[in-house]
Amino acid sequence: MSCTVSMTVNGKTVSREVEERTLLVAFLREHLGLTGTHVGCDTSQCGACVVHVDGRSVKSCTTLAVQANGAEVTTIEGLAAADGTLHPMQAAFREHHGLQCGFCTPGMVMSAVDLVRDIPNPTEAEIREGLEGNICRCTGYHNIVKAVKAGADAMAGAQPAPVAAE
Amino acid sequence: MANPNGIGASVRRREDQRFLTGRGNYTDDFKRPNMTHAVHVRSPYAHARILGIDFTDALAMPGVVAVLTGADMEADKVGSLPCGWQIHSKDGSPMKEPPHYPLARDRVRYVGDAVAVVIAETREQARDAAEMVVVDYEELPAVGSSTRAVAGGAPLVHDDAPDNVCYDWHLGDQAAVDAAFANAAHIARIDLVNQRLVPNAMEPRAAMGEYDQSNGEYTLTTTSQNPHVTRLLMGAFVLGIPEHKLRVVAPDVGGGFGSKIFHYGEEAVVTWAARKVGRPVKWTADRSESFLTDAHGRDHVSHAELAMDADGNFLALRVSTLANLGAYLSTFAPSIPTYLYATLLAGQYKTPAIYAEVKAVFTNTSPVDAYRGAGRPEACYLIERLVDVAAGVMGMDKTEIRRRNFVPKEAMPYQTPVALQYDTGDFAKNLDIALPLVDYPGFQQRRAESKARGKQRGIGFATYIEACGIAPSNVAGALGARAGLYECAEVRFHPTGSVTVFTGSHSHGQGHETTFAQIVADRFGIPIENVEIVHGDTNKIPFGMGTYGSRSLAVGGSALVKAMDKVERKAKKIAAHMLEAAETDIEVKDGRFTVAGTDKSLGIGDIALQAYVPHNFPLDELEPGLDEQAFYDPKNFTYPNGCHVCEVEIDPDTGVTTIVSFAAVDDFGNVINPLIVEGQVHGGLVQGIGQALYENCVYDEESGQLVTGSYMDYCMPRADDVPSFTVRYHEDQPCTHNPLGVKGCGEAGTIGAAAAVMNAVVDALSEYGVTHMDMPATPEKVWRVIRDATPAPAPAMAAE
Repeated sequence: MSCTVSMTVNGKTVSREVEERTLLVAFLREHLGLTGTHVGCDTSQCGACVVHVDGRSVKSCTTLAVQANGAEVTTIEGLAAADGTLHPMQAAFREHHGLQCGFCTPGMVMSAVDLVRDIPNPTEAEIREGLEGNICRCTGYHNIVKAVKAGADAMAGAQPAPVAAE
Repeated sequence: MANPNGIGASVRRREDQRFLTGRGNYTDDFKRPNMTHAVHVRSPYAHARILGIDFTDALAMPGVVAVLTGADMEADKVGSLPCGWQIHSKDGSPMKEPPHYPLARDRVRYVGDAVAVVIAETREQARDAAEMVVVDYEELPAVGSSTRAVAGGAPLVHDDAPDNVCYDWHLGDQAAVDAAFANAAHIARIDLVNQRLVPNAMEPRAAMGEYDQSNGEYTLTTTSQNPHVTRLLMGAFVLGIPEHKLRVVAPDVGGGFGSKIFHYGEEAVVTWAARKVGRPVKWTADRSESFLTDAHGRDHVSHAELAMDADGNFLALRVSTLANLGAYLSTFAPSIPTYLYATLLAGQYKTPAIYAEVKAVFTNTSPVDAYRGAGRPEACYLIERLVDVAAGVMGMDKTEIRRRNFVPKEAMPYQTPVALQYDTGDFAKNLDIALPLVDYPGFQQRRAESKARGKQRGIGFATYIEACGIAPSNVAGALGARAGLYECAEVRFHPTGSVTVFTGSHSHGQGHETTFAQIVADRFGIPIENVEIVHGDTNKIPFGMGTYGSRSLAVGGSALVKAMDKVERKAKKIAAHMLEAAETDIEVKDGRFTVAGTDKSLGIGDIALQAYVPHNFPLDELEPGLDEQAFYDPKNFTYPNGCHVCEVEIDPDTGVTTIVSFAAVDDFGNVINPLIVEGQVHGGLVQGIGQALYENCVYDEESGQLVTGSYMDYCMPRADDVPSFTVRYHEDQPCTHNPLGVKGCGEAGTIGAAAAVMNAVVDALSEYGVTHMDMPATPEKVWRVIRDATPAPAPAMAAE
């Protein structure tokens, strides 16, 4: 009925004994006290629970904690730099008012970061389609799209200049 | 020099820091030592008698602390959830007001009605045990729609509400309307449905109850838009707890849209249970539970007629509406289809005679109450669809028939025939801005170009007005409200010049922590970082009615201004003493207090320090301290208004409607933070678009089962379902009766958008002879409408 799961969360190795049926989102929220990841639905559609597992965005409400055994997990709490400097995507959401009540925001930002890693210079249509799995009830998406575009530009600008081949 | 963080600036929000880094404090995030979890046992039937509840097996499950039922609540004399607004019928009789218990006692009346609560160490244990509770139900016939409820022989939801009628109400002058219709040259008619919606704030509802045995104090932490209201209702009417022993905290709340205004049974259950089990009790809804138990919105069926003269001037409007209230009266339910709906039926038009009748009925469905716009979207949708039909009857352009009938700016203040008096508004100006903005003259060419690509293009207008800034207490009280609707603010200067503002308004996405701070920074010329806004905790804030009805700036902001006025008056006296001048010689500008004609001047910070370190203080004239409180009761509603224009393209082969553009031109009076105002408009527009094209809360009429019980079946608008918007506003018509001149903007987008979209859809389908279709205009419905309207091609000649 219970087992031990171990993983790295936001750079820290953690190990806990949990019921086998424990969802990753419950592991994060209840066992690790990382309440930034939210539960917004029970049909895996709203995206409020999105985190990164081994670099890919994943709906943590539809993942068992045991499935993340041995993985590198990043939650919204782990996105900003150690000194508190916001990730360019976080900063872009603030600059463009891409959030209101904040409840969908952690999942939205995590999805956006992964989207931009896949498509570094996304068009409006690509952003809207890429965020199809994240529901927001407050913003109407207009400013979220602007924020993701600006975040993508900032993330591209933050890339170190490519080293010329020898 | 204008304060860069003052009124009118698009200041970036301070609350974003915690939301963006996952450090928001939503109710489910809270943990308490020794906390237990609650899961409710809910009826799977829409209507049934409870013959017995056997929870022996449940109690024996691991981790279970208690199983409590309606009988336990009854034994503890727990009361009924109260209704905050009383409506009287045409014959003067008061509405039917059946009891509404937090845990059902002998009968359940909707799928989801709670009958018991299981309290355990963990949520999973509580869930597992809840499945083991055996309820012996005797199923009863149910009625799942308003039309069925009033059909002869329908089952009764409440035995003492014959024909399932809660009230049968009216407003306006029936005789004048009938006379106008008798002489009308033309009449436009419409039958329409404003379908039930589920508000679906992204944070599901949650509540945590605590009881402190050392001092007998209860604390309820809850997802509420108005903690003081919840404290009053629950304390006074349900649990019998005096207010000084009851603290209600509404922390970060993930959206409300009206659905978190009401005092819900679960709040009373966890508060009461916390004392019974001697431990904190936390309940969090899952989304399916939210679908079943959050108050739903809309659900009107209406017939309306508009009488016109030969030139298309509106002579009279008559409306008949059937409103579904659900199985029980939610806190403000009776007011939504009456005083928040019928009083807006004049719209932007000078129709001289209006008569509306509204029959509100009980059904075996979830209770219905306010949802963003609360009655005003229903009014706007009806009027604007009817005006488009009228344009068709008259063969007039849709913008021209509107313009001809607008209340002109010069007629303001304008007394409508439906109680409300509009204070300001320039409706023609909204249209004048909108038409070139959307290139209205170029529409026909765009329509032809779409047609060449095989698509049907349509354009739709909605010229809306609404009443918000809720509400003047004397008006509300005269109309049946059982509460005042003022707001409160306290402005507390600290010795070193920083300020804490305590406001009865509550921010669940609206950005008050930023905008209210802007107002203070602007007034006193202090850095915005020095201003802290506190809301949501009844222990900290004197009193407040909360946030809904687009009232935070209009009412809460006005209370803030009044408190700042008091601070300034006292500061002036202090300054006069410190500068050795007469009080009348002190001029105040941007927080500096200067002796007229000199450069002897003090900043508010210097004055605050003197007030708290009163070594040289006129103690015989003034008390120390600089901390003032004010209550503000509005003199009138405020009247935001605007023009929404939607252009759609419909693919006849698939029925899919694409919004190719949407423009909103609004009058919100003065604007404090443009970025936030536009954000409110965007969000409202998408909720209106959601109603028009995607959302529908469906109950099976006979069984009362909720068919659309999750995001699988209830289509929420997603990022790729909606476009980016063009939003404009003008500040030429500030509100004349509040000190900020603001009208409010929180609901306006939702109020106009559905009508604009449906007017565009019907326009796009007009070539097929379509004059109306009900929402949502899903691809299947549109495809069928086209198919039914298009004559089938002639059969090919049979082979010889």
